[in-house]
Amino acid sequence: MFGIKKIDIDLKSIGSFAIDLFICSWKGSLRYYMWLAFLGFFIVFWIYGNYQQLSNGMIVTGLNDQVTWGIYLANFVFLVGVAAAAVTVVFPAYVYKYKPMKEVVLIGECLAIAAVIMCLLFVVNHMGRPDRSWHMFPSWLPIPYLKGIFNWPNSILTFDVVVLNVYLGLNAVCAFYYMYMKYIGKEVNKYIYIPLVFIAIVWAFSIHTVTAFLLNTMPARPMWFHSMLPIRFIITAFAAGPALIIIAFTIIKKTTKLKIKDEAINLLAQIVVWCLGIALFLTLSEVVTELYAGTEHSFSLQYLMFGMHGLNNLVIFFWFSLFAMVTSFVLLLIPQVRKNLKILPYICALAFVGIWVEKGMGLLLPGFTPSPIGEFVEYTPSIIEIFNSLGNWAIGFMVFTMLAKCAVGILTGELRYKPTLAKGED
Amino acid sequence: MSKDKENKDFEKNKNECAEAVAATPIKKTRRDFLKKATTVGTGAFVGAAALLTGSDEAEAKTTWAEWFQRNYRLMTDEEKREAVERLELRYTEEYGKKTTVDTTDAKEGVLFGYALNIQKCIGCRRCVHACVKENNQSRENTAIEWIRVIRMEKGHFLPEDMDKGSPQGLPFGKKGEEYGIQVGGNAGKPVGVVLEGQHYYEPESVPEKDAFYFPIQCMQCEKPPCVKVCPVRTTYREPDGVVVIDYNWCIGCRMCMGACPYWARRFNWGEPNLPKEDMNPKTHYLGNRPRMKGVVEKCTFCLQRTRKGRYTACVEVCPVGARKFGNLLDPNSEVSKILDRKRVFRLRADLNTYPKFFYFTD
Repeated sequence: MFGIKKIDIDLKSIGSFAIDLFICSWKGSLRYYMWLAFLGFFIVFWIYGNYQQLSNGMIVTGLNDQVTWGIYLANFVFLVGVAAAAVTVVFPAYVYKYKPMKEVVLIGECLAIAAVIMCLLFVVNHMGRPDRSWHMFPSWLPIPYLKGIFNWPNSILTFDVVVLNVYLGLNAVCAFYYMYMKYIGKEVNKYIYIPLVFIAIVWAFSIHTVTAFLLNTMPARPMWFHSMLPIRFIITAFAAGPALIIIAFTIIKKTTKLKIKDEAINLLAQIVVWCLGIALFLTLSEVVTELYAGTEHSFSLQYLMFGMHGLNNLVIFFWFSLFAMVTSFVLLLIPQVRKNLKILPYICALAFVGIWVEKGMGLLLPGFTPSPIGEFVEYTPSIIEIFNSLGNWAIGFMVFTMLAKCAVGILTGELRYKPTLAKGED
Repeated sequence: MSKDKENKDFEKNKNECAEAVAATPIKKTRRDFLKKATTVGTGAFVGAAALLTGSDEAEAKTTWAEWFQRNYRLMTDEEKREAVERLELRYTEEYGKKTTVDTTDAKEGVLFGYALNIQKCIGCRRCVHACVKENNQSRENTAIEWIRVIRMEKGHFLPEDMDKGSPQGLPFGKKGEEYGIQVGGNAGKPVGVVLEGQHYYEPESVPEKDAFYFPIQCMQCEKPPCVKVCPVRTTYREPDGVVVIDYNWCIGCRMCMGACPYWARRFNWGEPNLPKEDMNPKTHYLGNRPRMKGVVEKCTFCLQRTRKGRYTACVEVCPVGARKFGNLLDPNSEVSKILDRKRVFRLRADLNTYPKFFYFTD
């Protein structure tokens, strides 16, 4: 294999790399500690919530036999999108060789890692028996005693498990390899790094597509049973993801020495606005298709938009999300607004929240109302579910903050290997 | 209702918070022993402690062994025997009665099928209760019923409904002069059979005048969507056509509940509440043995009975003989004869799931 010889594995520098990253992620200004403490506050409740759920079962959630999937899976679906959206940074950087973006690819990869970790946390929360997770290990894995069986290729969920974990691995390898090479002052080995990056790009699409297939392959849930779901997932994700990245970039620009070029943010803003536009168009198509004929299969959408039989918990969410998406779309269409980096993050926040609501309250929950036998049951998440969900988000943000802090340190050159004897060619 | 549940569970939890062991049965025995231990004198305490650790070890061993247990279909005969022994011991201790866990396999040349006469059903729900009793469902908090009887209201066209349903005629006509309906109908309410009935009816007596009844349960599809989506192959179709669940293998992801178009599957949201005195000790591994929290369950055509040549509990109890059960491969069975001679239909045939649960009328 070409290139293999060039990587000389230097344990000393790897050890020093690990230690430096650890120190970097735990050391910071007072503001940094306050941010971590703020996130830690939610994690305290998360521990309590998980303790309750593990010892008492899913009965502590607001779920029931009619609405069997709730905010855990709603957040999962949304976050898969956020993870996939890292591609909006990586793609321009490596496919179009767009320089301003190339400098910050690492931040996008860090976001992907954090988002996939959140996804996994949400899935574990969703499971009734997380203690039996090993049943999903494919039997060929060389683990003694724990021989699972994987319903592959029948079950879409098994595809999802595979693509998500591989995506996590790809991003972790890319990010840490890149950071390590920069750390020891060398260039990345193109023959290893570039193919991995391109695989990760394609893989990003696969994770959200497969997650959409998870939902839209079930005729029992007519609201999801249409072929538009995957593209709608990808489009909304590519609006919400870059919106979050713009916010992250703005904060990083303000709080660290890393220079992020305005062009990079402008390009992301363009991606957000066009994806929002297409997302709105797809929403329109769905509403017209479903409501014109008004069959029983449209009851979920009718319930979501207008409420049915006096049940209207979700109505406000639908209209809020529509308002948020339309407003941010219209505002971002105006070049003066889109290029104003002071206003942009707020509009992005609006779009992000709008799409979060659209995925959760607007797509996942109404899929279960009415039930397959036509029963309307309304679901409200319990306090434990909210604790656990907020905690998962807090953990994700903590992972992202720490990773991003290390990444910034590496990119600005603050974190560098200092061997006792200079042996690198740098 | 759900808050009530939570409070109760929190209460229960408080007592146990000293222990962070996963399986509840262990906790229970431990707690009981701890209670006892505190009431007896110091001399006896040593003995009690020994007993406590001893019993704990046995329980822990069982739980430990169950945790490593393989998927039922992959177990060797030896492993199956061990698993059954473990379960029998556990159930016998927990419910205070000799419990057997059967592992009778499907018989060759048998394909179970079911036929239900909707013309005869009177909606008494005796089948529902017989099923709960036979199959050891959780009685409360949350109660689980595998059969649900849907009450279908008889629809009527009424003169007073004539202006309802947003009828829209010619745009320029005066009131009363619009001719014909272009959009929207007059009788804006269901008429005849639509799946819009409800299953919480509580009348003083059945059958009611203005309703008919439509029982549903697991349809034991030939192409079951629930089986396809299961990530760990814990639910599958047995050779005699029954879709079963290995409760010890289920990870509780509830994909199957999302995929089932008949709303046949139930989840054990909490630890099932099965009173000792109500427990049916004649169980089958894939059938009615007591379940644990966090797993899915559903109708299995009472395979603990039917594999031994008996009728299902619901067939046995039905007072009007609306329920028929038998071997679809045997031309002389009741179901085969019904399929041969009656007008039958399957629920939601458009989904192509090929249920082996048929509805018919006389």
